[in-house]
Amino acid sequence: MSVAFWLIAALTVAGALAAVLLKNLVHCALAVTAAFLGLALMFLELDAQFAGFAQILVYIGAVAILVVFAILLTRGSETPEKEIGVFSRTWLAGLIVAAAVFAVLGWAVLQSAAGLPHEAAVPAVSVQQIGQALMGQYVLPLEIVALLLTAATIGAVIVAMHEKGDAQ
Amino acid sequence: MSEKADQIFILLKDWLVSFLPAGWQHVAGVLLCVVMIVAVYPGLFALAVLLERKGLGRMQNRLGPNRVGPFGLFQPIADGIKSLTKEDIVPLRADKVVHFLAPVMLVVAVFMGFAVLPMGRNMVLVDLDASLLFFFAMGASTEISIFMAGWSSRNKYSLLGAMRAVAQMISYEVPLLLSSVAIVMMTGSLSLVKIVEAQNQYTWGLPHWYVFTPWGFAGFVIFVIASMAETNRSPFDLPEGESELVAGYFTEYSGFKFALFFLGEYVGMFGISGLGVTLFLGGWSSPLAVLNVVPSWMWFFSKVMVWICFFIWVRGTLPRLRQDQLMNFAWKFVLPLTLLNLVVAAVWRFMGEGWLRWVVCSAVLIVVYAGAGLSEMRRKKFGPRSYRYAE
Repeated sequence: MSVAFWLIAALTVAGALAAVLLKNLVHCALAVTAAFLGLALMFLELDAQFAGFAQILVYIGAVAILVVFAILLTRGSETPEKEIGVFSRTWLAGLIVAAAVFAVLGWAVLQSAAGLPHEAAVPAVSVQQIGQALMGQYVLPLEIVALLLTAATIGAVIVAMHEKGDAQ
Repeated sequence: MSEKADQIFILLKDWLVSFLPAGWQHVAGVLLCVVMIVAVYPGLFALAVLLERKGLGRMQNRLGPNRVGPFGLFQPIADGIKSLTKEDIVPLRADKVVHFLAPVMLVVAVFMGFAVLPMGRNMVLVDLDASLLFFFAMGASTEISIFMAGWSSRNKYSLLGAMRAVAQMISYEVPLLLSSVAIVMMTGSLSLVKIVEAQNQYTWGLPHWYVFTPWGFAGFVIFVIASMAETNRSPFDLPEGESELVAGYFTEYSGFKFALFFLGEYVGMFGISGLGVTLFLGGWSSPLAVLNVVPSWMWFFSKVMVWICFFIWVRGTLPRLRQDQLMNFAWKFVLPLTLLNLVVAAVWRFMGEGWLRWVVCSAVLIVVYAGAGLSEMRRKKFGPRSYRYAE
């Protein structure tokens, strides 16, 4: 648990907390971008170069932009007339559910960590190995993900087209 | 002798760092390289701004700036002093934190990209396994800062300009990445250093640059178009056109923040030109085997400056594209051509050596390009140009 890990963890947790506690919706989107950056730095600290850079490219470069566009185009960034708090009325139920999920995840992670063989050195995974794994062992999930993305794109186009047709 | 001239910056750095105790030497070396990058590229930015104003002026049949110094050579200094001393006006209802952070984020993301460009033999700051991916990741981060700038100004024109700029940038990001994927396919590595080394071979005195292959040339053309759109350069500069949207997403920025945006845009141009030179034009390798006496970093910077001059030339020549024309062009023309280029590169690799693969690949690319272009033009019913003169 080096200094770098604690700093990156602080950034991620601060970004995530700011994303749920801030009042202005676009500020929340920018804070979640900071949380994504923290995750990418975490990947890089664990020597997973490809995962870290892909996280920056995809999450900060595309997903964050998408979130921001969605906020802007659905007029969620207007400040509300009367001051509603950031906490909803059903906060107790939400807290219980979140605590339960965290407990399950924590139990699963701790269980699996006990079962790992103690390796002397972390194996360095090169991009070539990732490529060969994707094309060899994991080619079926790759193709299914491609199908999923195509279906999502077609669905988005159909939704947008129907809206124009209704207006006319 | 030419070896020493080639490695002169490395030797200089080693000599300077040798004065420090051994524990500090590595960190000091890295810091020195970073300082050099941060010093050299803004200097080139000043040169590029002057070149642009004079070049555009001559193309538009007027002189550029010529008052400050001989031939206007000290104009960038005057510009710098002006932008430093201007009042920094922030609108009353603007979002102050985001308004402040936007130019900072742009400049940081843009300068990070230079960490992986090989600017000469052994002259790369960080030799990563996935350096091309790192560069594109940094390029993608600039879009967030443009959106932050446009939204935080609470100005309709800024917001419109920012949305247009971001839409344009994400549309052209796909051809940019895919045209580089063909290069990665042929080299077998994402590392920019390996890509340059693969191009540093000579056959009959001519280099193995990827631009001299059919798929490389098509990829080069697509990369140039996409890089012009990524940096919001004319003819893709609708988001910041002065006659369109006042100044687009940096309408509400004055003084030093405007200078930072300007710097970020031009340094981004240098970055993406550097990447294009590395991927397609052979990086630091010289065009002919006999010209290896000229230092490698001199070749790299010359090629980058030629690319910048090409950008300036295109800006002075072509009219601006409208937003819908721009998006149509990206999704309906450039992207299918890029996918075809990938297929052609694969065909090239699996056809084996010989003259047949040159003929087949060139024929496929030329036929599809001409066919697609002609069919698009026929759909839009373009005829020969007709002129009307005033009576």
